[in-house]
Amino acid sequence: MAKITYVEHNGNPHTVDVDNGLSVMEGAVQNNIPGIDGDCGGGMSCATCHVYVKEDWFNKLEKKLDGEEDMLDQAYEPKKNSRLSCQITVSDKLDGLIVNMPEKQI
Amino acid sequence: MIKTDALIIGAGPTGLFTAHQLKIIGLDCEIVDNLDKAGGQCIELYPDKPIYDIPAIPECTGEELTKNLLAQLRPFNINFHLGERVDELKKVENNWEVKTNKGKSFLTPNVIIAGGVGSFEPRKFSSKECEKFEEKSIFYSIKNKKIFEGKTVSIFGGGDSALDWAVELSKNSKVNLIHRRDEFRGAKATLDKVYELQKSGKIELFTKYQLKTVKGNGSLESIDIEHENKEIKNLKSDYVLGFFGLIMQLGPIANWGLNLSKKTVDVDTEKFETNQKGIYAIGDICNYPGKLKLILSGFHEGALAARACFKIARPNEKYRFEFTTSSKTIKERLGVKSD
Repeated sequence: MAKITYVEHNGNPHTVDVDNGLSVMEGAVQNNIPGIDGDCGGGMSCATCHVYVKEDWFNKLEKKLDGEEDMLDQAYEPKKNSRLSCQITVSDKLDGLIVNMPEKQI
Repeated sequence: MIKTDALIIGAGPTGLFTAHQLKIIGLDCEIVDNLDKAGGQCIELYPDKPIYDIPAIPECTGEELTKNLLAQLRPFNINFHLGERVDELKKVENNWEVKTNKGKSFLTPNVIIAGGVGSFEPRKFSSKECEKFEEKSIFYSIKNKKIFEGKTVSIFGGGDSALDWAVELSKNSKVNLIHRRDEFRGAKATLDKVYELQKSGKIELFTKYQLKTVKGNGSLESIDIEHENKEIKNLKSDYVLGFFGLIMQLGPIANWGLNLSKKTVDVDTEKFETNQKGIYAIGDICNYPGKLKLILSGFHEGALAARACFKIARPNEKYRFEFTTSSKTIKERLGVKSD
C-alpha cells in the first residue's frame, strides 16, 4: 500500500491509501478524486489521466512505454514531467508519491 | 423524417453487434455516428493494437474486429449515417424524435445509446486566445486546402495528420512544423520526407516547442511558441493548424434528462434501459453495479436491449426466443439455406 497525494490544479490536495497493483489513475477514480478522468479505463489510449510528477519522484518511477509518450502528445499542456497515471503501478516504493494535475484533462 | 424500430447512436463494436441482434429478431434499425467511419474507439484509438479478450478470437486488432462485425451485418441492409452527431432528442407521443447536427431527423420508439465515452471531437489548443480565430485562421481539420496557397501555415502535432499536411501544404505554402518533442509518431516514410523538405528549406521544423499564444487584430498575424527551456520565439503566421487527435466528450447526451454517474448513463441490467422509457444505454457508456468496460459486455448488453426494443416496437406481437442454429425465420433473415 502507498499513501499518494493528488494535488488538484487549484492546489487542493487529496491524500489517500492506494493498494499495491492498482494504477495511480485507478487510485484516483476509486476514491472519487476530481481532475483525473481515465476515460479509456487504463488502456493508454485517451490521455485523460494526465499528471505532472516532480523531478525527485519522476526519476524513481518505472520508465515510460513507447505508446505513453505518443499519447502525451495529445494531452492538455504536456510538460517534460508529464505522465499518464494509468501507467504508474502502485507499490510500497511509491509511498509518499505526489502527483499534480493539469488545469483540465481535455 | 426517417421512421425506424430502433435508432442506434454509435457505430462502435457494441452498436454494430446490436444492429445484428435487432435484425435477427426482425426489427429495423438505423445507425448514426459522429465519426466518418464505423468502428468507434476500435478504429479511432487503437486500429493496430491487438485485442486478446474477444471470446473465441485469440487475437485480433481493432480494425479486424470492426471488419468482422461489418461482415456479420452484410446480410442485412442497414443505413449508416456517418459524420453526423445526434444533437436533440424529444418525446413525441409514444416515440422519440431525434435530430442530428446535419438536420436529419428520425422517429423511433427505441433509442439505443452505444456511444462509448461520447462523441469524438478534436483536441484544441489550450490558449484561450485561440477561440477567437477558430474556423477563421485556426483549424483542427482541413476542408479546403486552397485557402493556404501562398500563405504561411504553422502546423502543430507529431502524428500522421501533422506530418502528412506539412508535406502536402509545403508544395504551395511556407510551412512551420512545431512539435513538443524530438520524436514523431507518424509514419517513418513521411517523416523522412519532412526532414528532406526541411533541408531544402520548404519546411521549418521547431521541436520541443509548444504554442504559447496567438496575436492579431481580426486576422491572425503571428504566434508565440515556447521552448521546453522557456525561450520564446515569434513566428509570422497566416494560419495555424492543430493535430492533437480526438477526445471523447459526452456532448449533447448530457442534456437528455438521463440519470448520469460521472460520464456514464445509469441503466437497469434486465433491459439496459435508462430512466427514460425506450432509451437504452449499452457498452462503455452505461453504468450499473459490477459494470465492466469490455467489448464482450457491450455485446451482451446489446443483445438484451434489442429484445426490450421488440416489446415496444411490436406491442401486439409476442417475442419468441430462437437459436440461429435452428430457426427457419432467422435463417431467412440471414439469407442462408435451412437444412
